[in-house]
Amino acid sequence: MTALPADTARKLGLVIDLDTCVGCHACVIACKGWNTENYGAPLADTDAYGPAPEGTFLNRVHSYEMTPEDGAVPMVVHFPKSCLHCENAPCVTVCPTGASYKRVEDGIVLVNEEDCIGCGLCAWACPYGAREMDAVAGVMKKCTLCVDRIHNQNLPEEDREPACVRTCPAGARHFGDLADPDSAVSRLVADRGGMDLMPEQDTRPVNKYLPPRPRDQLREPPEQLAALCEPTTDGLSGFLGWIDRTLGKI
Amino acid sequence: MPRQPALDLSPAVSDEIRKTTCYMCACRCGINVHLKDGKVAYIEGNRDHPINRGVLCAKGSAGIMQHLSPARLRAPLKRVGPRGAGQFEEIGWDEALDLAVSWLAPIRAKAPEKLAFFTGRDQSQSFTGWWAQAYGTPNYAAHGGFCSVNMAAAGIYTMGGAFWEFGQPDWDRTRLFMIFGVAEDHDSNPIKMGLGTLKARGARVIAVNPVRTGYNAIADDWLAITPGTDGLLILALVHELFRLGRIDLDYLIRYTNAPFLVNAAEGDAKGLFLRDDDGKPLVIDRRTGAPAAWDAPGVQPDPGAQWLGHRTVLHLMAERYLSPDNAPEAVADRCGIPAARIRAVAAELARVAFEEEITLNQPWTDFRGHRHETMIGRPVSFHAMRGISAHSNGFQTARALHMLQILLGSVEVPGGFRFKPPYPKPPEAHPRPHARATPGAPLDGPHLGYPLGPEDLLVGDDGQALRIDKAFTWDNPMSAHGLMHMVISNAHAGDPYKIDTLFLYMANMAWNSSMNTSAVMRMLTDTDEAGEYVIPRIIYSDAYSSEMVAYADLVLPDTTFLERHDCISLLDRPICEAEAMADSIRWPVVEPDRPGHAGVRGFQSVLLDLGARLGLPGMVNDAGKARYRDYADYIVNHERRPGVGPLAGWRGDGTGSGRGAPNPDQLQRYIDNGGFFLDPIPEEAQFFKPWNAAYQDWAVARGLFDAPAPYLFNLYCEPLRKFQLAAEGHGHRQPPDHLRARIRETLDPLPLWYPPFEDERVDIGQFPLHALTQRPAAMYHSWGGQNAWLRQIHGMNPLYVSRRVWQEHGFAEGDWAWLTSAHGRIKVPVARMDALNDHTVWTWNAIGKRRGAWALSPDAPEAEKGFLLNHLIHELLPPRGDGLRWANSDPVTGQAAWYDLRVGIEKAPPGGPSHPLHPAQASPVGHGPETVTLKTGR
Repeated sequence: MTALPADTARKLGLVIDLDTCVGCHACVIACKGWNTENYGAPLADTDAYGPAPEGTFLNRVHSYEMTPEDGAVPMVVHFPKSCLHCENAPCVTVCPTGASYKRVEDGIVLVNEEDCIGCGLCAWACPYGAREMDAVAGVMKKCTLCVDRIHNQNLPEEDREPACVRTCPAGARHFGDLADPDSAVSRLVADRGGMDLMPEQDTRPVNKYLPPRPRDQLREPPEQLAALCEPTTDGLSGFLGWIDRTLGKI
Repeated sequence: MPRQPALDLSPAVSDEIRKTTCYMCACRCGINVHLKDGKVAYIEGNRDHPINRGVLCAKGSAGIMQHLSPARLRAPLKRVGPRGAGQFEEIGWDEALDLAVSWLAPIRAKAPEKLAFFTGRDQSQSFTGWWAQAYGTPNYAAHGGFCSVNMAAAGIYTMGGAFWEFGQPDWDRTRLFMIFGVAEDHDSNPIKMGLGTLKARGARVIAVNPVRTGYNAIADDWLAITPGTDGLLILALVHELFRLGRIDLDYLIRYTNAPFLVNAAEGDAKGLFLRDDDGKPLVIDRRTGAPAAWDAPGVQPDPGAQWLGHRTVLHLMAERYLSPDNAPEAVADRCGIPAARIRAVAAELARVAFEEEITLNQPWTDFRGHRHETMIGRPVSFHAMRGISAHSNGFQTARALHMLQILLGSVEVPGGFRFKPPYPKPPEAHPRPHARATPGAPLDGPHLGYPLGPEDLLVGDDGQALRIDKAFTWDNPMSAHGLMHMVISNAHAGDPYKIDTLFLYMANMAWNSSMNTSAVMRMLTDTDEAGEYVIPRIIYSDAYSSEMVAYADLVLPDTTFLERHDCISLLDRPICEAEAMADSIRWPVVEPDRPGHAGVRGFQSVLLDLGARLGLPGMVNDAGKARYRDYADYIVNHERRPGVGPLAGWRGDGTGSGRGAPNPDQLQRYIDNGGFFLDPIPEEAQFFKPWNAAYQDWAVARGLFDAPAPYLFNLYCEPLRKFQLAAEGHGHRQPPDHLRARIRETLDPLPLWYPPFEDERVDIGQFPLHALTQRPAAMYHSWGGQNAWLRQIHGMNPLYVSRRVWQEHGFAEGDWAWLTSAHGRIKVPVARMDALNDHTVWTWNAIGKRRGAWALSPDAPEAEKGFLLNHLIHELLPPRGDGLRWANSDPVTGQAAWYDLRVGIEKAPPGGPSHPLHPAQASPVGHGPETVTLKTGR
């Protein structure tokens, strides 16, 4: 068993806007590129050009379709998923070697690959399926929140954010300190009704999701539509009359 | 206390960042290529770049795997087995170039038209077109004919520009954004960034698309339109705007031909504008009630006038679009959208345009010399792409959409749609097409252009097409981008004539870029009575072992995008923004490296080398030696007009923008600036560009054109009417009789809708469904399908069917289906999708691969479960017994009508593989490695 810190001063995490995510997978590949080259072992791809390619990804996008019972218009929601850096992270407490841990400074959940024995218990414990065993390195891989970017003095300040956030074309991913109620991410969560994923698991995720806004509200013309016609244009002659009246005003 | 290891939180990121331009789609984003130990380590977006401002899509970040791909070609290849088998021997570059010259030189000396040179998504058309013109063949075009020429041509003819590289919404001010037929590939990052901007401030997005994926998924409102009926919907919206009196009359009078009088008298001028003795179109001046030249000083045009039976354009429009045929109720069933929703959308367009009017306190002066104290804007903008254009009614549908935005007064105004330099540029400012070939000499002018009437068609005295693709003929008079999809078919049929050499660049015509793929492969391998190939010689250049490679007799291997020079030129399709002129380069951030092989060369440099060996004008100096060392040398030193060359930045002494002598330091200046050049448009010139004197002067100073050329938008498109007049029997240049009715019906000078041609040629009962494809956001070129990272996102492509069809046919998860069209039958895996028009099936395009291609193992899912819809789509319409070959194309532009396809579906026996089952090609590059673990600098 590995202990969690009682509290962390900062709670760095992501706020992901499901109203805006177009499901383009930009975050998936930017993450793959940065993290294969940086923290820990490279993210391997086995059978890379063969019949069953399978690689390690720290972030994946799933797309879900929702068909309302009432026959209303079906929706598609793109759902990017990576480690949620839970305050009550079951993947940490289950770790037999202490390889999985939650950083006291900022709350990031990491795997110390030198201590990881590849037993896979943490992946079983994670209710979100957010950890992946690297088939070549034999160690558990997971989102590092780009810990080697966000504090990296070799990067310009504006680039000290996770690769997925920096690259997101639609601006659907936000990074910040969710312990600070005045941070931009906390305000977004407050304004947009940010949600925990599977709160019943009592994992207390740091990452939040902003729900999609209501869709397909434009169903009927406004009741005052007739009033728009000033006065009613009736066919061609009505329209020509409208031209004359309008020209008088120009 | 938990124990925490010591972490290096500030590892070195890379040794060096080299900034160049992405090539993973046609967006041309700026990228930072991080190098470690001289090797590519990581690619991210360039924050300073005008296109992507730091962001990058999946394709762009996966560019590293494209650069490292095992499918990269390594040396020139000479075919040793039968065509299509993929059996080659590697040869050296001298042998390859000698061989090419031994084929190309005799053709040029005797009959230059026997060379057909066509290119794909290479983004260097101003260069390849110049080469082809110097060679002298009329048979040149790029891929626009099978991509989106309807969009481009309808935009140019209507308003001097279209969507995408021609213009963009005013993202910062628009409050209602409506998209038609937009897949996630067009255009990629700018649209995603724009949607994010709109979402952040709560602006409404309305999407019209049979399929709700990507951008359509996040739209506030989704209209699940039935394919091919977008024009009907747009005209119903126009009907509502006319009915509600919600059109911008002031804008129409000032900036469009709405008040022009149209000749109603029978004869050869019927339907043309009434003109004065100077040839100027006439309007009725409200001050006098008498006709006057449209631009006479002080004239106040009456847009509703009638004069001696002649009526104005606006009058004709009102008559047509107020007709009950165009009412929402009349089109709702065909469009698959309730009439109430159509009315609701029209009312919302009207409300935002007219009740949320924007005023910028920015004075400007129009071309008439009137000073305006403010800029008035209508914050409604539109975008559309292949979903509306890849139909046989696509040109008129795109015209209708432009008409809609012009009626709202929302083009080139704050909050609306804005042009990007070098646009706006009306048809008159473009060249006319040319096709007169002379042995041993250049062509008589540019290949492609915008015909203004029958006199500009490329037909011989006998009515015969001059081009192999029959572009600019009565079959499709305004085929501004050519018809690449007809080249192989026509060359094989010898219609209009046979060719000797087919020379293709970066166009996978033996697979996903052709209609009727199986037959095209047969055409490429077919032999005549003497046992010779019907298409005698094929030269192909590609960077990768694509399906097309196997069909070439000679392969000229190209570099990857990180190993090459390119210019994203203002002479071509630049990267400008609505606020700035911009262009950019690629440069070899790493050198090509194919150890143990003869190596690869940038195709453009090879083309210059061939040009010099052939002695083509412009490519040799007075001594007959090569004028340009390579493409980089050409980019810097070539001048298209005096002082105007491929790149606009840092010309002359380094201060020139657009104009100036060649500057030997130019490429270094681009590299120092992050790979691009940007010249902002002054504030007073940023809107109303076609009519804004400050913009016109600014553009002339930069060489975009040589004299101010303000113009009016063509709601009524007179060149179309000229073709109709010919079809009615007027003029000396006459269409063949079998085309008269179609030209009369479809080349209407005002936008209209007619059913897609296939609907009228096939049994709808037998083929009740529409079938279409789109590119996913994570792939664009066919090469993306073998990218080790991207193929894990899209490794196969199911056929998505609606809930209705799913239930009707009793499909279950994992099932396979036979999909049948009038032309063929394929076996495909199916998946259910509810957010889909009931009568539509669709799949991702170009995921399916042929066995043996792309260095994939032959049992890759791309071949086993992936498939191409292309097998069901013929380049010709089903025969109708007249012995004629009717192209499956738009009758105005010749755009390939991919999305006209009608199909029937039935349950197939369980399990794959997908059909048709083509045998494996031999791979000239072997197969990729088992495992990829990428880590440089370790």
